[in-house]
Amino acid sequence: MGMTIAEKILAAHTEKDEVKAGELINAQLDIVLGNDVTTPVAIKEFNKIGLTEVFDKEKVVIVPDHFTPNKDINSANQAKFIREFAEAQELVNYFEIGKMGIEHCLLPEQGLVLPGDVIIGADSHTCTYGALGAFATGVGSTDMAAGMATGEAWFKVPESIKFIYQGELNPWVSGKDLILYTIGDIGVDGALYKAMEFTGEVIENLSMDQRFTMSNMAIEAGGKCGLIAPDQTTIDYVEERAERDYTLYESDADAEYEEVIEYDVSEIEPQVAFPHLPENTKGISEVGEVEIDQAVIGSCTNGRIEDLRIAAEVLEGKQVADNLRLIILPGTQEISKQAMREGLFEIFIDAGAAVSTPTCGPCLGGHMGILAKGERAIATTNRNFVGRMGDPESEVYLSNPAVAAASAIKGKIVSPEEVI
Amino acid sequence: MEIKGQAWKYGDDIDTDVIIPARYLNTSDPAELAKYCLKDLDEDFVTKMNEGDLIVAAKNFGCGSSREHAPLAIKAAGVSCVIAKSFARIFYRNAINIGLPILESVEAAEKIEEGDEIEVDIDSGEINNLSKDEVYQAEPFPEFMQELITAGGLINYVSRKVDSNE
Repeated sequence: MGMTIAEKILAAHTEKDEVKAGELINAQLDIVLGNDVTTPVAIKEFNKIGLTEVFDKEKVVIVPDHFTPNKDINSANQAKFIREFAEAQELVNYFEIGKMGIEHCLLPEQGLVLPGDVIIGADSHTCTYGALGAFATGVGSTDMAAGMATGEAWFKVPESIKFIYQGELNPWVSGKDLILYTIGDIGVDGALYKAMEFTGEVIENLSMDQRFTMSNMAIEAGGKCGLIAPDQTTIDYVEERAERDYTLYESDADAEYEEVIEYDVSEIEPQVAFPHLPENTKGISEVGEVEIDQAVIGSCTNGRIEDLRIAAEVLEGKQVADNLRLIILPGTQEISKQAMREGLFEIFIDAGAAVSTPTCGPCLGGHMGILAKGERAIATTNRNFVGRMGDPESEVYLSNPAVAAASAIKGKIVSPEEVI
Repeated sequence: MEIKGQAWKYGDDIDTDVIIPARYLNTSDPAELAKYCLKDLDEDFVTKMNEGDLIVAAKNFGCGSSREHAPLAIKAAGVSCVIAKSFARIFYRNAINIGLPILESVEAAEKIEEGDEIEVDIDSGEINNLSKDEVYQAEPFPEFMQELITAGGLINYVSRKVDSNE
């Protein structure tokens, strides 16, 4: 019996030639990641182990992106704590404000995560790097601490679910819509503990940015990772960034899957996830009348250059609705620079949008766009749980960047076709 | 370790944002986090519960963010055990890593009612409903996880490994 891509990558990081779903293994780690919320707990736990140094100064990556630039005194103290740790440990990959980006936009861009890697991150959206053909999964702070100490983590080799996307994409349908549709179909625990593997001609034709969006939200279906087999698109992306060797893996033809699910994408329209779960999806034509107070375009899900280009295409020459706040958060400084070069910032500002330095900010209700009681937002982010963006009585609707931009213009959730 | 207390019941997909909202994540002090445990789900939870009480929930408990602050807040609030039909995987790992007792049992999650007096033997996985005089058996932990639990969590386990390598 053949192996899945998840099994192959994990096996290559153990002393075994082969691993099987269900097996408990200890795997070598290529990258151990943390942010400003999860790393302080990890440092305290690391210090209890009694080691003075992390296992590898290049492989421990810390990105203060959640409550930064710091929103209050407590978060500034947390950021100071991890900055001092990074200095003391002489970490090569600590990213200070000004160089910092949203971690899951930044690491691929900087070539720090590569095909064939095993990566743990104390952030649930670490699964984003599955788009590169890496085994990447979110863990907590204690796992991060143990990973920093030993360069290893224990895993249960996951069963895999194969998703096959066929057919022709409709206008304004993107990777975001495919993953929202998928979560709507299988539910928020539809892939619990499992590896999701995204395949088919539609995936083969998706850009890297859209692939990242899909893998990013695997966790929203309970998935351990969201894998896409690397191809020429992947190689083109990593070749100009990689400073170390990498390995391309793909699943064997006779690999074992727990389930194979096929979608005809020609039946999928832009999706909107209603409060308060990402599985509450509807096609844009079924949304009805939903007025909004705020629109957020950005995050580790949709803060990449292609997302900003699509938003600009919709917003160009238009105005944001009266009394509506449109907040745009590019994912990294490089993405900001590229957006400036292309004139996208001018389009955004002329439309009446606020453009921010990179931060996770409002996505998790941190800062930079918190909702008041009873307010409603459309967001290109990844979660719409109770209180996610602010008051427990506020609401978040999830969509792609084109729908969010069009909705910002109209003041209610609409299809981009209504403004173009 | 004795686990005995009253059950507080919740539904499906209890996410880590309602267990500990992000607006309280500017600290990692467990005692501070405990004050806001389940705040956006059940505002009075920490005032009405007693030390040793249990949370009993349905499927996919702890979904969403990887914040270890969620099991930390539950543990520091004095909750002795979480029983659910299923747990989201990062929460499951985190709970075991920090030593918050958790058990998976569909039967217990369905039959236990709010207010029932529950006693749990974490080693055997036996869940005793004293109010209803019923016993439910939880899913056993794989051997390696039992080792982690016995060691008192991942950090103790790793510390021992590091010591023995030196």
